[in-house]
Formats: sequence, structure tokens, C-alpha cells
Amino acid sequence: MRLDGVERHFGAVRALDGVDLTVDSRSCVGLVGHNGAGKSTLMHILAGSGRADRGRITIGGHEETAYSVARAQKLGIRCVFQELSLCPNLTVAENARITHASLKGIGWRKHSAALIRAKLDEIFPGHGIDPSDVVGDLAIGQRQMVEVARAFTVTEDPLHLVILDEPTSSLDAHTAGQLLAFVRRAVDQGISSILISHMLGEILSTCDRVVVMRDGKVVATDTASAFDRDRLVATMGGARQRDKTEAAARTRGETALMVRARPRGQTAGAELVAHQGEIIGLAGLAGHGQTRLLLDVYGAAMQGRPGIEVSAPVALVAGDRQTDGIFPLWSIAQNIGIRSLAGLRRGLLLSPEREEALARSWQEKIGIRTPDLDNNILSLSGGNQQKVLFARALGSDARIVLMDDPMRGVDIGTKLEVYDLIREEARKGRTFLWYTTEMDELENCDHVYVFRNGRIVADLAQSELTEEKVIQSSFEESGGPATLRGHAS
Amino acid sequence: MSAVTSAEPAVRTGWRSPAFARMLRALLPALSLALILIAIAWLNPRAISYFGFNLMLNLAIPIALATIAQMFVITVNELDLSIGTFVGFVGCVTATWLRDAPLLGVIVLLASIGVYAALGALIHLRNLPSIVVTLGMSFVWQGLAILMLPKPGGKAPDWLQGFMSLKPPFVPFPVIAAIVIALGVHFALMRTSYGAVLRGTGGNAQAIRRAGWSILKTKVTMFALAGVFGVLSGMALVGITTSADANLGNGYTLLAIAGVILGGGEFIGGRVSPIGAVIGALTLALAASPLLTFMHIPPDWQVAANGAILIIVLAARALISRREADR
Repeated sequence: MRLDGVERHFGAVRALDGVDLTVDSRSCVGLVGHNGAGKSTLMHILAGSGRADRGRITIGGHEETAYSVARAQKLGIRCVFQELSLCPNLTVAENARITHASLKGIGWRKHSAALIRAKLDEIFPGHGIDPSDVVGDLAIGQRQMVEVARAFTVTEDPLHLVILDEPTSSLDAHTAGQLLAFVRRAVDQGISSILISHMLGEILSTCDRVVVMRDGKVVATDTASAFDRDRLVATMGGARQRDKTEAAARTRGETALMVRARPRGQTAGAELVAHQGEIIGLAGLAGHGQTRLLLDVYGAAMQGRPGIEVSAPVALVAGDRQTDGIFPLWSIAQNIGIRSLAGLRRGLLLSPEREEALARSWQEKIGIRTPDLDNNILSLSGGNQQKVLFARALGSDARIVLMDDPMRGVDIGTKLEVYDLIREEARKGRTFLWYTTEMDELENCDHVYVFRNGRIVADLAQSELTEEKVIQSSFEESGGPATLRGHAS
Repeated sequence: MSAVTSAEPAVRTGWRSPAFARMLRALLPALSLALILIAIAWLNPRAISYFGFNLMLNLAIPIALATIAQMFVITVNELDLSIGTFVGFVGCVTATWLRDAPLLGVIVLLASIGVYAALGALIHLRNLPSIVVTLGMSFVWQGLAILMLPKPGGKAPDWLQGFMSLKPPFVPFPVIAAIVIALGVHFALMRTSYGAVLRGTGGNAQAIRRAGWSILKTKVTMFALAGVFGVLSGMALVGITTSADANLGNGYTLLAIAGVILGGGEFIGGRVSPIGAVIGALTLALAASPLLTFMHIPPDWQVAANGAILIIVLAARALISRREADR
């Protein structure tokens, strides 16, 4: 199977920028890369559920012009997606039937049950799953086992290539080992696989070749034996130079303590500390507990939670603005004012003039481009909607602002404006907790905590922050859950 | 990999297992039906007889059919607010054209099923909220029904009247009809291989699409089936009442939704039970008037009392569901 020059754009963002990838028969290819490197987009294109804007897909020597899910299945390409794609209301056997159009007619339930049971027994001996179990009743790890086993079942279509996107993320060490051993056995039987994982040890021990992606491009391809952990990390991060111009060497702890929090998964050791006027970065791979911690801090500010100290009012800037951020039916001014209703009151009623004044002052400060603040919020572009959310938080009485990766899909011009604003507000004494998946944004932070599996695994001051260190800590150490730490502050 | 996410096997047996909670939920509709029957037997022993059941459950058949129609739509995470007026419309067609010009009647009824299928396609393709579309359609059906029968009248075809007043030996006709409906739909939806795909659409549409199935096709299928059962419901209703009225089925929309939920179904997630839905419909039909009449509750209060019964049963269901979520 071969990809040549595949490109994929989402608006102005180039998710894939000319990717070449070859998977030989009887081989296992490891695919690694940091957040947003384009791994998942690439996998969707291979599985037929995503479309390439440009480029060629060649499978078994034939160039595919009308590639689709159905076509991929015919050619024997299966995908285990990162988000589980089982139907929770169906049984294990029924879920197996979904991917096999040929399982029908009298006795299909028995056939399907036998098929999935045999494969589960083969991959995960001692799995404890019955084909008649409803998937919604299974533990998350068992669901992942079903999903993996289902991808390897064969009926009438052949099976040549299985793409496994973070297949071990919910498995314990024992079952993960079973799976990786099976992948090797499958390769010997002629079933190739692509393994995506943030466990670099798994990649190095299981795969024949390793492909490293960064910023939508393949930056390195080599045999697995040519890589070691350090070379992988260095390749993922690249050797980018940063200018640390305004790293104002501030000693911590001079100002008042604003937040002290320990993630739920963490029993001892590192905790997150934020002082007044600091910008604190929360880094690591997406979905490793950063948002959870922000929400816990937010909850603790509303009503106390053990283990979290918050000493001032907080406001949250949501990352997913469509679902968590904007009120789509309201005007721009109303969207700004909602966090400050108490201050906008006159008697029992809200004062439209005050709301207007608040919105106007922030429109100027943050540069929301609109002719009229009474227009509907949806009349704004995405970047300007995000500015409204910033104005909502900064215009309030909150002294602590939590930011949940708020710059997703925002253009660079808006980003730079907002960075300046954040720094200015921090100088005035506001505290920011900033979860971000972008390295450039971390450089605005005074202090960075790296998260992995719901825990803080590294604690880096601005002066010692490098992309390599962040990536090094984000990816699991192959020798177990070692805790990587920079110099403790 | 942390201990939190390890693959611990779920508890499979005993009080706290999800399977037990699901069994409780499956039994709840049967339990509530039994409770109501016991209450009726206690209030009026003579009602528990061949003749009594025939009388009490007669109107339950169209309700059960409408409930099944609603259940198909709920299976794919949609809601049909037009089923009641659709049943009324079908009733008017049955009592006029189907009797006087059978060919025209059959064509109109088939076309109305086609309209239902087209609604499913429209809702899916344009990503419209089904509540809005079907609410709009409910006025369309009602309007058409009033155009056909401005005032109550018409007459059911003789064969239909004859069929609905069958008197089989030993077991009353409504009971047989309920069993046939429940088992037939159970087989089609819960046991066939395509039924798994249809239910999967409600559980995780994306997974179904990734496996190469057409969501458009599953939604159109479910809406068309809803149309078929809506037509059956309207015809059964007119067969019992023998004449039609444009407002005949107006109460059915909410009864059908309540029947599905009472029978163990859920609004989203593709969790439905055809047998439960039929039992739910029977429960509602019995609780609606026979029970309350026997309790000497005046007709003015019967609607409210009916609602109270519904709230009690659904509250019991919510408790069981919470146990399921707790695991």
C-alpha cells in the first residue's frame, strides 16, 4: 500500500501537507508524532472515512480513484479508531455483525458469536467476555479488546492491513502485551499493520519500521532498530530554535498564592501551584487530564473541594466554543456580559446601558470586528467569537482565568493579539492557567506543567522549557511509569 | 497505563450487576401491567373474563400499533409528533375512500407511507430536528383529515369491521393481536441481522457509517415502518369505532411516546423493546379508563389520574436506570 503526496486542508489549516507513506506486505509500521501532527487525519484517509484533497492512494499496485469505506473493506483494510466505534446498545456478537455484511440469514447470531469468541480467545486468552454481553455493560478495557478483535475477524473479504490507533490506551500492561504479541504473529501470517501509539517502547519493540510525523509531514522513516527513544523524541520535536527574549527571570513565590491543586490521579508528589500575576501552562498530549484539572479548579472555586485551594474568583475560557462557549441565539454584548451580571444590575433588572458600556470597552481593547455589538454572535468569524469569550472572562471580576486550549482553529493574527493581551493582564496581577497543545503558546508561560495519564509528570520553569523536554515527558518512558521532572521549583 | 483504566471484568451476576438491572427494567412493564390487572380484578372481579378483556382491551390494539410506530422512530434517536394526527388521517381515508373507492384508498395509504419515508430522508439529509418537522406534519395530516371529513361520519369497510370483531375461542382477540404484534416486531427488529444495523444507528451512528452502511437507508427504513404501523393503527381504530372523525387519533401521539418509554425504551441510544412497548401500550389502555372507572374516579379527573400513574411507573424506571449508571 502506498500514499503519494497526500494533502488535506481544513480551512486554512494544512492537516496533511504532502505525505508519502509505504506499507509493505508482512510488515508492521509504527507511526508517531506529537499533537496535531496529522496522524489521525492520515488514518481516516486510509480507512476511507476521510478524503484526501490531493495525492494518490495505491493499493496492491492499483491506483484507487474512488476510495471509500466500502472500497477499503473490499481491499482488506480495517481500522481501529481511537474513539471507540462500537454500538453500546448492541451485544458483542451484534457489533461483530455490523462490520460483516455477509453475516446474515438464518443462524447469523451463532456464526457471529463464534467468530468473535474465537478471535477474542486467540488475541486475549482469559478475556472474560461473552458474545451475548451488551457492550455498554463492559468495562472500557474490555470494549477496546472487542474492538480490536473485531477488526481481525474475517468473513468473505480478505484482510491485509489493520490500522490500530492508540489500541492500548485503555488496556492494562498484561492485555497490551497480549495484543502486541498477536500483532507480531499476524504479521507473520501476512496481515500488515500500522500502529499508532504514544508508548514509544511499544513502537520500538513491535514495529519493523517507524515513521515520524510533524506538522502534517513525514519527517523521518527508518527501520525500528535505527531508532532509539531519544532519537524518536528529537525527531518529533525538531531542532527549532526559539528566541527567549522576554523571559523575565522572575523568582516564584514573591506574589500571593492563587491556586494550589493536585490532579485526581495523583496521590503524592507534584502539584500545580500558581501565584498572582503568573501565566501557568498545562502541556502534554491532548486529553491527558488537563481539562479535568481546569474544571476541578473551577468547581473548587464555586464550592470547596478537598485538595484544591483557590483564593479568588475564577472565569473559564472554553476551548470548544460551539458547545461550551457561546450562546448562539444571543447578541455579542449579551455574550460578553453573562459572566458579569451582578455588576450590570440596576435594582432588580439588568441595565442594557451598562451591558453596552462593558461590551464597548472590551470591543476596543480586544478588537472585536463588528459594526454593531447588538448583532448576533454567529455573525462573527470564529476568531472573533473566541475574542468574545476572552472579553467575557477578562471583563469579569475574576482574578484567575482558566483557559481550555482556547486557540484551537484561530488564525495567527488573532492569536498574537490575544497573547499580548494575556501578558498585559498578567502584569496587572491576573493569574492564568492555560491548557494548550501548541508549543508556541507555552512560550508565553512563566511556568509549565506537563501532564500524562491524568498526572503531572514534569514541572518546568520558563528558563528550562524546551520542546524536547515537553515531548520527552508527554510520551511514556518505556521502562514503566517513571516520573520525569525538571528542576523542582 | 494506570490502574484506573485497567480492564477489570464487569460484575456478571448478583444484585449489583448491570445484567440484573437490565432484567429489572425489562420486567418493569410486565410488573406494572400485572399490578393494574390485579387492581381491576380486586375492584371488579367480573371484568376478568373473556368478554371483559374483549371490552377493556379493544382500544388497546390501535394504541399498541401506534406505539410500535413511535418506537421505530425512537430507535434511530428521532421523535414523531405527528403519529396521532396521522392515525386520524388514515382513519378518515379508511372510512371514506377505502370503502367507496378501494383502489384510490389503497393508493392514498401507500402514498402516505411514502411521505413518511421521505420525511426520514429529509430529516437525515438536511440534519433537521425531527420534532420540528413532525410537529409541522401533524398540522398537515390534521388539515387533510378535516378536508376529507369536516364532520364526524363515514363508515368502516365491512371486512375491516368483521376482522376487528373476530371472536376466537378461549383467548380474546385483542390479546392474540397484541401477542402477534409483539413477537412479530421483536423478531424483525431484535433477531434479524439487519435489525442489528437499524438499532446500531441509534446506538452509534458513526460506527455504523464507518462499517459501510448507509444511515440514510436505515432512517428511511425506520420512518417507512413507522408509516406502515401508523396506517395499521388508523385502520384498526376505524374497524373498532366503525366511523371516523378528523380528531380521532389526536391523543395517540403522547400515548405512543409514553408507551415506548413505559415499555423500557429510551429516547436516545437505540435502546428499545418491542415486547415492552406493546405491554406499555396495554398498561396505558387499561389505566386510561377501565381501571379509573372501576375506581369511581369521575371522567373529569381521569386524564390527570392517568398522568399520575405514568409518573409513578417512570419514576420507578428512573431509579432502576440510576442503578445501571452507578455500576
